[in-house]
Amino acid sequence: MELNKVLKSLAVALPMMTLAACSANNEETFENQDGMNPQPEFPAGETGAVEPVDMTEEEQLVAKYGAGILETTINFAYDQSDIAPEFRKVLNAHAQYLVSSRKFVTVQGHTDERGTPEYNIALGERRAKAVVRYLQSMGVPADQLNTVSYGEEKPLTMEHSEAAYAENRRAVLVY
Amino acid sequence: MLKTKLFTLLSLWLMLAFNAQAKLEIVITEGVDSARPIAVLPFTYVGEGKAPQDMGKIVAADLKRTGQFKPLSTSKLPAKTFDSQNPDFTPWNALGVEAIVVGEVDGPTDGKYQVTFELIDVLSEQQSPAANHVLDKRRTKIKPVQVRQFAHRISDIVYEKLTGERGAFLTRLAYVAVDLNNPHPYQLRVSDYDGYDEKLVVRSQEPLMSPSWSPDGRKLAYVSFENNRSQIFIQDVYTQERIELTSFPAINGAPRWSPDGKKMAMVLSKDGQPEIYVMDIATRDVKRITNNRAIDTEPNWSPDGKSLIFSSERGGKPQIYQVNLATGVTKRMTWEGEMNLGGSFTPDGQSLVMVSRNQGQYRIARQELNSGYLDVLTKTSLDESPSVAPNGSMIIYSTVYQGKKGLALVSMDGRFKAKLPARSGDVRSPAWSPYLN
Repeated sequence: MELNKVLKSLAVALPMMTLAACSANNEETFENQDGMNPQPEFPAGETGAVEPVDMTEEEQLVAKYGAGILETTINFAYDQSDIAPEFRKVLNAHAQYLVSSRKFVTVQGHTDERGTPEYNIALGERRAKAVVRYLQSMGVPADQLNTVSYGEEKPLTMEHSEAAYAENRRAVLVY
Repeated sequence: MLKTKLFTLLSLWLMLAFNAQAKLEIVITEGVDSARPIAVLPFTYVGEGKAPQDMGKIVAADLKRTGQFKPLSTSKLPAKTFDSQNPDFTPWNALGVEAIVVGEVDGPTDGKYQVTFELIDVLSEQQSPAANHVLDKRRTKIKPVQVRQFAHRISDIVYEKLTGERGAFLTRLAYVAVDLNNPHPYQLRVSDYDGYDEKLVVRSQEPLMSPSWSPDGRKLAYVSFENNRSQIFIQDVYTQERIELTSFPAINGAPRWSPDGKKMAMVLSKDGQPEIYVMDIATRDVKRITNNRAIDTEPNWSPDGKSLIFSSERGGKPQIYQVNLATGVTKRMTWEGEMNLGGSFTPDGQSLVMVSRNQGQYRIARQELNSGYLDVLTKTSLDESPSVAPNGSMIIYSTVYQGKKGLALVSMDGRFKAKLPARSGDVRSPAWSPYLN
């Protein structure tokens, strides 16, 4: 659901040139086309059209910013706030997108349920800020970035297992 | 039209959800062998009409929940009444009963019940048969809605006469109920200390955290994420009047009322990382108390209001520190265990109650300040958010049982334990009110 939201907002911001080009094609008639194609056996003056082959929103984003743009969640090790190497491509893609779109993003910080709720608010903020620092280092201006820490209050899963904890320790980019 | 219908449905649902029944119920899981035998007789109803709820039953349950008393079950009572004018102690002595609570309800007259009760000292009869054995005797008029409240008042009187300590039966709990299947998953609620008479304080689609009672028990400070960021609010639990106290950039957390009710300790990260601040509630002036590159959080006042304790990572893992508000002098208070956090003083100022982590396990612990002796009180799982009863007898905290977050009680000596299972969803962040009378 979060992903859908971000995709929607990303899609709106995408340059409309490709789409515009497609619609221009739509209006072209077979009659206007070059002599390479055999003349269709339709009465003169009637036109037809076919659906343009278009990339999905996801494909367009990936083409422009890399596959990382489809991810919005960065996971963390227990009690840690360092960005693991495998999440760099995600943040690099978002950094590029933010620089070109001038959009705002809120980075949410979340923790697992171990430790006290107040301590986890502090730890969640540390994670959100680690993401913000990384995006800034990639050239995103500070005024496009905001953080909010939910600590352990908004877990993805309410289960009480190591796997659930790993899933809940995260920062999420919300556009 | 549809709106009106929805509203009616919603109100109906609210009424159903918040009737006088206990949403939380105290279930004793570990009793105390040395609990003192006592008899609380069913209160005799001598009025005309439908008898009110048996106050004797409420008093017996109150006393049992302290872990210090073992009320005889109704079926084991040798007699249904006790006449203090013409006493017969024989059957009570035979059962080793220390004291008897006997009561009578009359009326209602002009809409009020007349309640009489006596506390009889059975032990003194053995020593001096001629003495007056009535330890206390009172008569009062109450409205039908005050039956539970006055029963708790009787429990307070009995408890204080028999232990010398003030009872905490006329107190309330605030807590956050979380049910993700509910359209408003986060709900701050208040109930009597025994889970009865639960009321909704505020509900939200976003998290609610950290309720803290004003010293007069009239207001709650809490953190709400209703605007997709943390803010501290103060709400009057009687009038529902609500003010936004803080909305600084980044964290606004962990509000704690000063003992005089004029200031609020809190955590803000507007200047970089989480630090402790104290706000004058009237002027909104904010004073920064800590200044450190590490996380500082969870402020709590000393009973004299002259210092704060807080959790800090300045020494590596979180430990509890104390800062003198006049001098700024800060000292570390906890040394045992992997980490200690979430600290608060006991009402007498002699001990700290906190969350102590040992071998990865989060437990509730008490540390004596003079000796430094640390007593781990619980052995449940992921125990946190301890809140001490105003008489220092009991700690309520949040834990995980049967896969759900719920509340539990432990006595200050760790010998008595109870849990408060919720009917649905999770319950967390308990805060025990101050005395309300």
